[in-house]
Amino acid sequence: MAIPFVYNIRNVMNRPMSTLTTALGIGLTVAIFIGALALAAGFRASLVGTGRADNAIVLRKGADSEISSGISRDNTNIIAALQEIATGPDGKPMVTSDLVVVTNRERMGQTGSSNVTVRGVDAAASAIRGNVEITEGRMFTPGTDEVIIGRRIAGRFKNCGVGEKIRFQQRDFTVVGHFRAGGSAFESEIWGDVEILMPALDRDNTYQTVVFRMRDPSQFAAIKSRLESDPRLQVQVEVESRFFAKQSEMFTGLITGIGLFITIIMAVGALFGAANTMFAAIGSRTREIATLLVLGFSPGAIMLSFIFESILISAVGGVLGILMALPVNGITSSTTNFSSFSELAFQFQVTPAAMLAGMGFAVGLGLLGGFFPALRASRQTLSTALRGG
Amino acid sequence: MNLVSLVLVNLGRNKLRTFLTLASVTVALFLFISLRGVLDTLNASIEVGSRQRLVTRNAISLVFPMPQSYGNRIAAVPGVKSVAIQNWFGGQDPRGSQYFYAQFAVDEAFFPIYRKDMEIIEASTPAVSAAVPAGADAKLAGYFAEQTGCVVGEKLMKKYGWKLGQTITLNGTIYPGNWPYTIRAVYRATNPAFGDETMFFQYKYLEQKGMAGSGQVGVYILDLTSSDRSAAIAQQVDAMFENSASSTRTESEQAFQAGFVSMYGNIPFVLNVIGLAVVFAILGIAANTMMMAMRERTTEFGVLKTLGFTDGTVFTMVLAEAAIITMGGGILGALLAKLIVTGTSTGFLPPLTIYWSSVLLGIGIATLIGAVSGLIPAFQASRLRIVDALRRVD
Repeated sequence: MAIPFVYNIRNVMNRPMSTLTTALGIGLTVAIFIGALALAAGFRASLVGTGRADNAIVLRKGADSEISSGISRDNTNIIAALQEIATGPDGKPMVTSDLVVVTNRERMGQTGSSNVTVRGVDAAASAIRGNVEITEGRMFTPGTDEVIIGRRIAGRFKNCGVGEKIRFQQRDFTVVGHFRAGGSAFESEIWGDVEILMPALDRDNTYQTVVFRMRDPSQFAAIKSRLESDPRLQVQVEVESRFFAKQSEMFTGLITGIGLFITIIMAVGALFGAANTMFAAIGSRTREIATLLVLGFSPGAIMLSFIFESILISAVGGVLGILMALPVNGITSSTTNFSSFSELAFQFQVTPAAMLAGMGFAVGLGLLGGFFPALRASRQTLSTALRGG
Repeated sequence: MNLVSLVLVNLGRNKLRTFLTLASVTVALFLFISLRGVLDTLNASIEVGSRQRLVTRNAISLVFPMPQSYGNRIAAVPGVKSVAIQNWFGGQDPRGSQYFYAQFAVDEAFFPIYRKDMEIIEASTPAVSAAVPAGADAKLAGYFAEQTGCVVGEKLMKKYGWKLGQTITLNGTIYPGNWPYTIRAVYRATNPAFGDETMFFQYKYLEQKGMAGSGQVGVYILDLTSSDRSAAIAQQVDAMFENSASSTRTESEQAFQAGFVSMYGNIPFVLNVIGLAVVFAILGIAANTMMMAMRERTTEFGVLKTLGFTDGTVFTMVLAEAAIITMGGGILGALLAKLIVTGTSTGFLPPLTIYWSSVLLGIGIATLIGAVSGLIPAFQASRLRIVDALRRVD
């Protein structure tokens, strides 16, 4: 017969300080675990959200990022003539060519500088990339020295406020608006008219990428082989969403690795802490355990009961950890994505899956930490148990 | 003296608990010191920068090149001893993107400038005797004699199991094509911040094969005759190109490196927060242990006080017990981190260094935490009235 759970709950409540400190140790571990997951998830989400599954992106053969790519104006015209490109509501093919360059800008509020992506776009870009919304000011006027700035970096770099002047090479550009783009990496970029930016940034007649909407995304393989086998082009073609997701791999891999390293080490520490608490709890209840044995509870039931008690404490820790990690959700942070060599601002995302993983992690810790103490409790013989204490 | 032995006996009483607490503090300190190591290494990477060197790059950003003609014009500025070319290559190992390492194309002036930061530990001898540029290590003759020669860091050699004289290949991402190289020399960094995991090859090779002879340069490294006028020289260089097609930005090598650290954005801050969380976690664990230990010993404190131990002595005893456990864990954890983590490489950073000052700081923090965690139990124990202590029956 199993020992009622109430027994454990009352015991745990009986020593609130000890329970709380142990739970706190586990909670901090869980919080960091969830935090690392949230960071990786947020970073990944901002890049994954950048591309669309029905868009194809064309880069120069061998280029592993937008900035290392280059496609001449002539070649962009060849690509734009492709029949598989979808037609927009205006009857024009949905294709756009981007200038993508990295510029060094001074940070605001702290010393130092970092790289920011400047994207020269044409009139078709917003429709093809989708979800570009102006949050402040207005859209730039094509043909003028105007730019708009992604809302996530607007507060992080100097001269990015609406109405301010931002300098590229010898030319001043006026910031006329801030924009949002569904939380994607575009929100960490500066956008302007490609035809104005190209000469201003010394890129004569070379775009970095061509992006087009596929009439039928299931035909991607055929489109890819068609373009890649064209000897004039020397390009590679990828699904846009997959391309940007790949740009996040290096960083998320790194963060997950570091996060795992930190969490495992902390978990070992918390495990010792939990075991300590359980050993103490059992040590002070030697007679109680003997009484349970006398009452006819089997050693197995006693072991189970103590493991449950340990899990109970760690579950409290798990809840504490989730509560501690939750405020991180939505915090905007930034770092350089070395795949694109420029700043990427992202929001921590505490996903339900991460919380669940954190809770599972806590319960696992409780199970492991409580196992040996529980084993010791169940192995006590009646005579020693009654004599001791 | 008596007090010390009393504390030690108490520690040995519940060996399992002492061990578990010690172990958890050890683990936490190990982590804390490792994190500090990462932050210290990040900051130290700024220090490769000698103040006697300047770096000139395109004003827009590093990604933009500058014309090769700038080199001679910069070299003519008074106070500039020599000018070297360094160009990021960004090639991919054909085995996959996880085999990542930094590659730079450098010209002949590069190795003389960095002579004090690295040494050549292994090198091929050239088939025909070849001259080495003035100031460069004579062992580099084999490298200079061959257009496709390269110099590889010792750690990188070991990591991929490469041998001197072996041919390695890269797929160009910025400079398309298939690039074969022959390893002609191996270097070891004498300045740890220089790093042992980089590959250098000849700029001539890149220029001819990758740039169609158009001669574009990533950065110029300026070696000055003295550091006194560095700021003035930097200004002079930038003024020279201000109205050219590619305007430049010249800064000290330290500031240039600091720019990379700044690129990490909020990541160092996040690491700091984690370090703080770790410290709090240990605090909790240690405090819990001490409270448990004290609760069990309530009667004993009554006896001690009956024997004439003062409140102050009991207070010190409990505090000392807590501090000894955490200090022991601190010493173990910090030393372990120093032993294990030192020299680990993490991709972009130079190999991690853990300073003795961090080790000491860790031990100090651990001891302090012990004392703080022992405060409440020690206070309780010292305030305990003999009557209450002895009356309590477990």
